[in-house]
Amino acid sequence: MIRDSDGAARRALSGYGGYVLGFISLFVIWQLASLYLVSSVLFPPPTVVFRKGVLLVRNGVLLEHLSASLQRILAGFIAGSLLGIPIGLAMGSFRPVRRVLEPYTEFLRFIPSVAMITVAVIWFGIGEASKIFLIIYTTIFIVILNTAAGVSAIAPDKIRAAQSLGATRAQIFIHVAMPATVPYILTGMRLAMGNSFTTIVAAELIAANDGLGKMLWDGRLFMLVDEIFVSLVTLGLLGFVVDRMFRWSIYTFAGKYSPAT
Amino acid sequence: MPLVSFLDVEKTYRSLQGVDYPAVEHFNVEIEPGEFFCLLGPSGCGKTTVLKMLAGFETPTTGQILMEGRPVTGASRDRGVVFQGDDSLYGWLTAVENVEFGLRMRHVGKAERRERALRYLELVGLRGQEQKYPAELSGGMKQRIQIARVLVNEPKMLLMDEPFAALDAQTRSLMQVELARIWQATRTTVLFITHDIDEAVTLGKRIGVMRAGPRSQVKGVVEVALNGARSRTDDAFLRYYKAVYEMIRDEVAKSIVGAS
Repeated sequence: MIRDSDGAARRALSGYGGYVLGFISLFVIWQLASLYLVSSVLFPPPTVVFRKGVLLVRNGVLLEHLSASLQRILAGFIAGSLLGIPIGLAMGSFRPVRRVLEPYTEFLRFIPSVAMITVAVIWFGIGEASKIFLIIYTTIFIVILNTAAGVSAIAPDKIRAAQSLGATRAQIFIHVAMPATVPYILTGMRLAMGNSFTTIVAAELIAANDGLGKMLWDGRLFMLVDEIFVSLVTLGLLGFVVDRMFRWSIYTFAGKYSPAT
Repeated sequence: MPLVSFLDVEKTYRSLQGVDYPAVEHFNVEIEPGEFFCLLGPSGCGKTTVLKMLAGFETPTTGQILMEGRPVTGASRDRGVVFQGDDSLYGWLTAVENVEFGLRMRHVGKAERRERALRYLELVGLRGQEQKYPAELSGGMKQRIQIARVLVNEPKMLLMDEPFAALDAQTRSLMQVELARIWQATRTTVLFITHDIDEAVTLGKRIGVMRAGPRSQVKGVVEVALNGARSRTDDAFLRYYKAVYEMIRDEVAKSIVGAS
């Protein structure tokens, strides 16, 4: 459809222009669908949601819920990654460590974090501790698994080259195994970030005083459909922005480690 | 005294099914200091096994490998290895940082190791590419980094495992000329593994021809009394080519029958 002479237009489309166009079309279709297809108060058009959103930003309610959720995600995500990376490195590097820890990882990673909400609330109450525990729980296994897989994916010749260049075992670990694993660690963290969003909403739906999940739940209780939609759109946008930021920082600060994006 | 002696070396691999495969047996070779020794053989004959044992990555099942009279017990910076594939390079380091790696591990000062690395990058013809990452360089350039990375470490010998096999024909013959020049300049002892007769006659001072596996060993050694630049069209070159070819012809045939 686009000829070669339209290279500039195509480049703009494949760059940020494409994103903008994609988002605009999403909202246009939504608007049309809610006006003509499912004309109902239960499916508000984006204009109504946007107006409600502005209102909730003005009175500070949205920001309060947003920052509550985001703080929990970041705290749990960072703690989970900091715990998961060294465990993953150890499991990937030393067979006995893997043998001992594999039952834990292979058993626990099949218990979804959503299922753990019940015990988390019993153990830690409905405060911050239970949410952060759940985010750590949902982050750690995916980071461990990816890190360990990264270590075992290191080309043997990378290790051998270091050996015959005179590196010690400790030096090989620090200067070869760790940097070679960074792309896998970052991929694991990116996946974990996605899981964190699922988990935090579920946890806040069930037990919380604030957060985007709590906002959803209140919306359901009081039949504030537009508020539900504000929360949903916020989650989508937040996830999108956080993921872009993650990718951007990989590119900027660790470009040479970046997994093929 | 030879720099390296293989004394009746045998290497047997055991498969997962528990079947023994004797890759090499009664393997005897001596490599003199400063010589360029080519080990030539059909694919699957155990050439790489020999190199891995000398490098210290694998241990012989029986027999001994001596270097300067002492048995080889593991990898060491005495024996620098140039691998066939480029995945031995560190993708997160620039060309010059890759070359500096060995010096950095020995805690050589920053300024000194940079200066030495640049000198060897110059020797392998990569001056001006030092800030590029391996992914930004061609296959031939990546092999040059490997060679510089090993040479800057000043090993007692260089082990090269079919280093140009993955390159296209033009680049390969260019790299052979370059390697001959680098060897003339450094006079490092080299064990060079290849399956290419042409490459062996172009580079080698002595060529050890191996039998087809299993139980491979050296069938004979051809001394190449050619000095300086070697031309593929010289009568002398062709004579050596023929001599080696006649020695290896039957082995290639055997290895093909054995593989099918």
